[in-house]
Amino acid sequence: MSMTIRMFTAVKEFGMSNSPMILYENESKEIHEVMDRLLKEASAKVVFLVDKNGQLISSAGETDRFDTTSLASLAAGNIAATGGLAKLIGEKEFSILFHEGEKDNLHISIIGGAVILVVLFDSRSSLGLVRLRVKQASELLAAIFTTIGEQAEERKKRGTSHFPLDELTDDDIDNLFC
Amino acid sequence: MSFINYASREINCKIVYYGPGLCGKTTNLQHIYEKTDPEARGKMISLATETERTLFFDFLPLSLGDIRGFKTRFHLYTVPGQVFYDASRKLILKGVDGVVFVADSQEERIDSNMESLDNLRENLTEQGYDLDKLPFVIQYNKRDLPEIMTMEELHCQLNPTDVQEFEACAVTGEGVFETLKAVAKLILIDLKRGGK
Repeated sequence: MSMTIRMFTAVKEFGMSNSPMILYENESKEIHEVMDRLLKEASAKVVFLVDKNGQLISSAGETDRFDTTSLASLAAGNIAATGGLAKLIGEKEFSILFHEGEKDNLHISIIGGAVILVVLFDSRSSLGLVRLRVKQASELLAAIFTTIGEQAEERKKRGTSHFPLDELTDDDIDNLFC
Repeated sequence: MSFINYASREINCKIVYYGPGLCGKTTNLQHIYEKTDPEARGKMISLATETERTLFFDFLPLSLGDIRGFKTRFHLYTVPGQVFYDASRKLILKGVDGVVFVADSQEERIDSNMESLDNLRENLTEQGYDLDKLPFVIQYNKRDLPEIMTMEELHCQLNPTDVQEFEACAVTGEGVFETLKAVAKLILIDLKRGGK
């Protein structure tokens, strides 16, 4: 139990800081593997992971059929709005949202208070199955984000963090707007 | 909070258009949407009331091109300007990388402009930001209308810290891209500085 609390605290720190969030290739691969497995085990159509600001972190499934950028932004807006409602009634947050449609359903959950996991599924799956698989995937994802947070902290302490814009010149920026 | 993804080689940033009700925030985004190559932009989403007033936010994802092998993507948001939507405005400011304050140049709207600017500063402070340290530009919109304040008067009332400011007419598009480019540039400069 104490392990879970520690992990979630670290995830929160990772996602809530005002400094840029940096995701490296190996970390992205690890996240994608969990997302792929969740997609198959939950028999979902699409799964995607979004930060609380609406930036898409990872997605798997029939992503070509959906506007994942808009879905990510609206899911984050949805979580933000329901989070506001929760605070008004004295709750910390509503950690799970479920939207039931005629054909497709959306299961939206918060991982560690900072990252949003969205699962889109139809009648080939069920809410019970999705909830079970989301719970399992959430633990794995929380652990990955904890490691990412710890590694970023370590790099910062050692002063070895690589930043893609370190060598950016004023000309690079100007050229973007030509 | 910008998001740098090495796997997809993308830099994602969030710009929020702030300002009083009916100042032209949504019109700015609509013009950008209409005049941008469809390949460089996503779908524009407007969560509005039946009378076309912004209820929660407008959203427009935009690609500005590559920089050092990274695609630069900007997510443009507007806030609902009407005073009673303050709770929604606070939510939209979360994770912001740069702000455009759209002021209404009409004389009768100066009090609303000042109230909204104060509200922006307060809401940012509540989220742990300092407006004076954030990439921030001001746009004086509706320059085509009669009975508007002069640029000097507006500058004096709304821009005491002397940030970059632009004259605009969002309906015709004048000044819209100049404003966007200025704030995007400030964000990238800030991001570069933040990595040091």
